[in-house]
Amino acid sequence: MNDLLVADSVSKKFGEYTALNQVSISVPKGSVFGLLGPNGAGKTTFIRIINQITMPDTGSVMLDGEPLRAEHIKDIGYLPEERGLYKSMKVGEQALYLAQLKGLDKAEAKKRLRMWFDRLEIGDWWNKKIQELSKGMAQKIQFVVTVLHEPKLLIFDEPFSGFDPINATLIKDEILRLRDNGATIIFSTHRMESVEEMCDHIALIHQSNKILDGKLIDIKRQNKTNTFEIGLMTPNEEAVLKELQGKFEVSPAQFKSINDELMCNIKLGANGSANDLIQYLSGKGQLTHFVEVVPSANDIFIQTVKNS
Amino acid sequence: MNHLPLIIKREYLNKVKNKSFIVMTFVSPLIMVALIFVVAYLSQLNNESSKTIAVLDETGMFIDKFESTENTKYEILTGVSLDSAKVNVERAEQYGLLYIPKVNSMDQMADQVTFYSADSPSLLLISKIEDRIGSLATDSRLAEAGMDAEKIRDLRVRVRTNLETFKGEETSKMGSVVKLAFGGIAGYLLFMFIIIYGNMIMRSVIEEKTSRIIEVIISSVKPIQLLLGKIFGTSLAGITQFAVWVVLLGVFLSVGSAMLDIDPAQAQSAQTEMVQQMQDSPEAQSEMVGLLNEINSLPLMNLVIMFILFFLGGYLMYASLYAAIGAAVDNETDTQQFMLPILMPLILAVYVGVFTVIENPHGTVSQVFSFIPLTSPVVMLMRIPFGVPIWQQILSVVILFATFIGTVWVAAKIYRVGILMYGKKASYKELFKWLKY
Repeated sequence: MNDLLVADSVSKKFGEYTALNQVSISVPKGSVFGLLGPNGAGKTTFIRIINQITMPDTGSVMLDGEPLRAEHIKDIGYLPEERGLYKSMKVGEQALYLAQLKGLDKAEAKKRLRMWFDRLEIGDWWNKKIQELSKGMAQKIQFVVTVLHEPKLLIFDEPFSGFDPINATLIKDEILRLRDNGATIIFSTHRMESVEEMCDHIALIHQSNKILDGKLIDIKRQNKTNTFEIGLMTPNEEAVLKELQGKFEVSPAQFKSINDELMCNIKLGANGSANDLIQYLSGKGQLTHFVEVVPSANDIFIQTVKNS
Repeated sequence: MNHLPLIIKREYLNKVKNKSFIVMTFVSPLIMVALIFVVAYLSQLNNESSKTIAVLDETGMFIDKFESTENTKYEILTGVSLDSAKVNVERAEQYGLLYIPKVNSMDQMADQVTFYSADSPSLLLISKIEDRIGSLATDSRLAEAGMDAEKIRDLRVRVRTNLETFKGEETSKMGSVVKLAFGGIAGYLLFMFIIIYGNMIMRSVIEEKTSRIIEVIISSVKPIQLLLGKIFGTSLAGITQFAVWVVLLGVFLSVGSAMLDIDPAQAQSAQTEMVQQMQDSPEAQSEMVGLLNEINSLPLMNLVIMFILFFLGGYLMYASLYAAIGAAVDNETDTQQFMLPILMPLILAVYVGVFTVIENPHGTVSQVFSFIPLTSPVVMLMRIPFGVPIWQQILSVVILFATFIGTVWVAAKIYRVGILMYGKKASYKELFKWLKY
């Protein structure tokens, strides 16, 4: 029972168009789960199914071991990509209304809102109308409203859009704090650097099918190519490079360095050993740089989508 | 979780607290009352300027017969030619010149009476003059033939048909007018209510789409709850506005007429005169009593109950369609193509009500349209005062409410899909597809 959310062979068609095809995804408790995929892959449909906005044609979704039902609405917080608030309503009134829709009673909602507003230093916005606030300010309110009822599962779809770097960091820290407090987070984004930074699990959906999922670290391990980035100080760079190209698969590399040196990536075969490579290179000159090239989430994303 | 009361409350408060809604609520009756008083005031002004009419009577028969009143003064000219009379009257800026030429026979005279004036004269005045000359000439002819005009008048027989239904209810022509007025007001009220508040619902759905809050909301509540909450909340706001209008209209009218000492009922002088004429004759007085009797004899209980049922059913049915339109489009300008099929049956209903029900309240056309749910609320409401069998009323209500459930189902389907569709203008074909999602 370590998975909070288990989707089993979920399919959804809209008329002739298949939005999701037999997608199975398990989201471990307490994880930050990256739901990735190109535009139109079916991510939003999947998220809407979890939120019971759309019903799947086939397949099942379990939340905390129970089939998804109406009562689970209060256990889920959802920040949609297409989001907004009532423009002509006051911030406080609006936040209270949305909290009550999630099942909080008014007094409790008010108390928690005060707490959050103080944390994010937006307390004096209570009586302002949304149309008087900037986009980033409205996004902050939206974030508070999403997490206010302290749900087990939080779903963020592009949470950082509309935030400046300072506020994006603030929100990122809040999301991680929520995870530390026991919430499970599904995180859908196109910004790979935030995936690197935050996600411990990912799933990749492409053209309605899940094509990859697992722990980010495991996926990186599986996708590593035994490639090393090296820097070598040697008097006759060209001869050494020639020799290297004869022995290994070599590609050019760039990194910051204080030395004037030969820089390149060397891809060892599946059985190649890093130690052997170091020994070999030491014989050719002074080794100044030796790093394993770990595939970035971005590379994995592009590669997997291309190959599928 | 049932959030319906919460949603209704928000929709209601949001509408009622809206500034333009408040302004509309309080200013509209003021404007209406102001208009009524302006019209009343203007027509009073009109009456106050008295008209002077010069009469050149070459026969001499009518010299003393035109009695001047407050508003119309007759000035008898003697010993002047027509041409100089015309010049004088025009120069004196009098209203007109009535010329009765000397001719051999009354028939010729009748064709040659002429009224000269600067502009076209008031038709009411001309017909008054015609009546006067006509009856005087007739009297004098009767006298020439040796008959006593008074006596003939006394001997004239006037037939007044008593109308009675087989069940023994007495009716009268006045009764038909009263019934028509009751039905007409009820039908028209419903028509206005649907258009004003249906549009309001539609706009509020569109607002949720354009502000992109919709997905946040429906991750908490079922779309059908939001849809119903919207319809009920907006309807309550509408009823509030209507109630305020009725109260304010009453207050303003009574305060206004007390302060300005103008009776708005006098707005149309012709009408007042008719009433005065009626009050003069004993027959007319009995008509007034008849009018009261007619109102009392209307099936009032039946009317009120059916008004409430048809009003609710009809309004809710149309409201759900308006909400569906709001969900299907992205902004208000795109609503046109879907509005037509809603407005058509509504307008048709009013036309059928006005033209066919008056002609024959129980004719085939009236009957058929009072069962078709899109037109039945208006048409049936207009028919009921004329006496519609209870089974027909009940059948029509049942059909209406069954259709209401159907339209809510359809609207909910379209709504559920439509509210999450951004930037696309749906076609009818697509709407039909959405029903199957």
